[in-house]
Amino acid sequence: MIRIGLVVNPVAGIGGKVGLKGSDGEDTVQKALELGAVMESGQKALIAVRLLNEVKEQITVYTCPGRMGAEVCEAAGLCYKLAGGDTAGGQELSSAGGQERPSAGGHTTSQDTRCAVERFLAAGVEFILFAGGDGTARDIMDAAGTEVLVLGIPAGCKIHSGVFALDPRRAGELAVRYVRGKVRGTKEAEVMDIDEEEFRRGRVQSRLYGYLRIPDEARMVQNLKSGSAYSEQDSIDRLSDYIVDNWEPETLYIVGGGSTTASIMRKKGLPNTLLGIDLVYEDRVIASDCTEREILKIMEKYARIKILVTVIGGQGYLFGRGNQQISAEVIRRAGRENIIAAASADKMLNFVGRPLYADTGDEEVNQYLAGYMRVIVGYGDFVMVRVN
Amino acid sequence: MGYYKKNRDFHEARWDEPFIMEMGNPGERGVLVPQASEKVRERSGEASKLIPAGLLRKKAPALPELSQMQVLRHYMRLSQETIGTDINIDIGLGTCTMKYSPKIHEQLVRAEKFQELHPCQDESTVQGILEVMYKDAQYLKAISGMDQVSLQPAGGSQAIFANVQTIRAYFEEKGEADKRDEIITTILSHPANPGTAATLGYKVITLYPDENGLPDLAALKAAVSERTAALMITNPEDTGIYNDRIRQFVDIVHEAGGLCVYDQANLNGVFGLTRARDAGFDMCHYNLHKSFSSPHGCQGPGAGAQCVSRELAQYVAAPTVEFDGTKYYLDYQRPDSIGKLRAFYGVPSVLIRAYAYIRSLGPDGMKSIAELSILNNNYLIKKLLKIKGLSMPFAEGRFRMEQARLSWQELTEETGVTTDDICRRIVDYGFQDYFTSHHPRVLPEPFTPEPVETYSKDDMDEYAAAFAAIAEEAYTQPELVKGAPYKAALGARIEEECLTDWSKFATTWRAYQALGK
Repeated sequence: MIRIGLVVNPVAGIGGKVGLKGSDGEDTVQKALELGAVMESGQKALIAVRLLNEVKEQITVYTCPGRMGAEVCEAAGLCYKLAGGDTAGGQELSSAGGQERPSAGGHTTSQDTRCAVERFLAAGVEFILFAGGDGTARDIMDAAGTEVLVLGIPAGCKIHSGVFALDPRRAGELAVRYVRGKVRGTKEAEVMDIDEEEFRRGRVQSRLYGYLRIPDEARMVQNLKSGSAYSEQDSIDRLSDYIVDNWEPETLYIVGGGSTTASIMRKKGLPNTLLGIDLVYEDRVIASDCTEREILKIMEKYARIKILVTVIGGQGYLFGRGNQQISAEVIRRAGRENIIAAASADKMLNFVGRPLYADTGDEEVNQYLAGYMRVIVGYGDFVMVRVN
Repeated sequence: MGYYKKNRDFHEARWDEPFIMEMGNPGERGVLVPQASEKVRERSGEASKLIPAGLLRKKAPALPELSQMQVLRHYMRLSQETIGTDINIDIGLGTCTMKYSPKIHEQLVRAEKFQELHPCQDESTVQGILEVMYKDAQYLKAISGMDQVSLQPAGGSQAIFANVQTIRAYFEEKGEADKRDEIITTILSHPANPGTAATLGYKVITLYPDENGLPDLAALKAAVSERTAALMITNPEDTGIYNDRIRQFVDIVHEAGGLCVYDQANLNGVFGLTRARDAGFDMCHYNLHKSFSSPHGCQGPGAGAQCVSRELAQYVAAPTVEFDGTKYYLDYQRPDSIGKLRAFYGVPSVLIRAYAYIRSLGPDGMKSIAELSILNNNYLIKKLLKIKGLSMPFAEGRFRMEQARLSWQELTEETGVTTDDICRRIVDYGFQDYFTSHHPRVLPEPFTPEPVETYSKDDMDEYAAAFAAIAEEAYTQPELVKGAPYKAALGARIEEECLTDWSKFATTWRAYQALGK
């Protein structure tokens, strides 16, 4: 039996329709309810969960009481177990016997989501379906890391992360494919979030928080006439090999954050700060998780400098999201021609007819970066993309 | 006039036929060969002793033993489980739809005189086929505007490979091979272009389309440099949009010192309308099996033609067929040639069909092929775009050439039914599944029809009606479409994962057995 965890953030998306641009924080939830908001994430989860009936003989579903999952399972006619709770191994319940914990009846918090995930892991769950938005994804990430396979059912106001299926139905379909052993591979996908306080003030500042492991449903679908398809990870492996094989001596490399640059560092046999900036010289990390000031100071000692970055988030930021330490001044000193950008071929397909962005906070440097840039997508394989 | 069926109540034969290797019993024979009389045996001796010892197998091959009837039945059943251009309206094979291919051409290649030719015969005994090949090359020079042709390549990709080898030979001669190590292509050109370039060690720079669906000219300007060896590009690309700035592309690359290669695998939309050399290209290639009348698909037979300008003539694949005024001969005396690509020369069955195609149509006929294929395509597009959920991204309102890349994205978003679902469902209506897109799928949920010059208005109406019916099903009974096919020879869905999971992949019986099946 395959153990699947289901957690629904019942208040996800509640702020959206009443114009609150998010649902993070208990005050916001209260305000949304006062404004007449309706909890819809359960309905979205239901679309996905109903599909699990196709493989119900092969799965055990672990979930949380009430609106955090049990109600959805009952509506879908799916048997489930409550993870953790009052009994150590989870309590077997029929679809008619859902019990409700006090917290699930009232307003839930991010702590509830994290608790649920911890209980899933203790119960040996191998695939977690969650309904929510970017905030929920962060909570899942905090508790699950990249050890367990996760997939988001999009139900929040903010969906900037790459861990969600395109829509709830496809989340369900993908879960069914997983149970049937049809998922070819997994990949790490970005968990992004924007600062809701800033967003409410009209400023969009998305940040890269980390990564979750999701099923690899690459857009490069195998097609009989097209020859062999390869996965996103193959593409990252190849571009990593290329960059490592062409690593220049006597050059300071400023390595940005992200899973792609992490893969390059792994190929190079070097430790890496996933969400920070590392400096490498002659096959050695000379500084880790640097601030802008540290980078500028170290740069002074080196004549030859390269900046190695990947494309962050669905909007496609080369600079200004998740790597703000590589500041306008760092870029100005290194020079545009010394920027190495790398991302998987699959990811770059999202930028056909769309530009990448550089938001360094310095208009002059933004203009300096604007124009076409090569992005490495494989071994000696580049695409030309416009930077705005 | 104007009659077509909207629903043929089609059901393909389904025999659940085993592999022939699993059939038969020891000792079963196809034909009982009578024993030779004693007198004959005395004169001839043991038959097995007539064969040199080195050629004799040590043990009999592990072949299945079946009667003639069983063998015939097996292959007749398999033949009923195929759908080809002779039995269905085969419009959906964008770039590969069978073009004008008169059946009389099959009589030419099945004629005894042709079938008994052997590639090891002396030139003096094969003057006829050498003349056909020589004249093919002369016609292709006229069609392309180029100055030298090699018919050595066994297929389109090998011709592209030959062109990349020619690029390298040219820059080696100029002493620039080390410096010029980049080849520029577009994401909607055929994948064999970046594929062959990478195989020969070039870095590949890929351009995306601009907002009009044409290759991004500004991106090309940013990509070219003193490292540029060549531009390899298709026009029109798979979108069917003719790139009317193609001369600018060529000029930009030439100014940077690079060469320009035109992928003309599918010539149908531009026969007699444009020529590669006139647009400034240095090289092009043709898939003769695709554009010049040959049954193709299922891995053969193919034939490629490498066509180059005077400046590059010395490098083409050897040998070439030449004529000295009295006789035709294979010219191996080409010291600067990139060499042989394969054993022997050309694929004669395809080359003889190409000759018949060119001779029977003439220049006016070939031009009308292009005009008709464009007319047909734009008629079909107009019909198809009335279907809910189907759209044609890029360059709205602009006519397409001989094919178009459409998208079911809207239908997928509204119903969950994908292009792959529709591709399987169309088989239930009695049509071959269709070509979605080359790799990668730049446009979501792609569909690439190509009605070519041979299909009638009724054929196209019937084809469009089937898709309209499937779209209606998608909106009313999506599960029906997602579960397809129901009436095809294959009862079960092909698990495409097996095509990329090498641990489950086998192309021979031995490999299949090694997997423990």
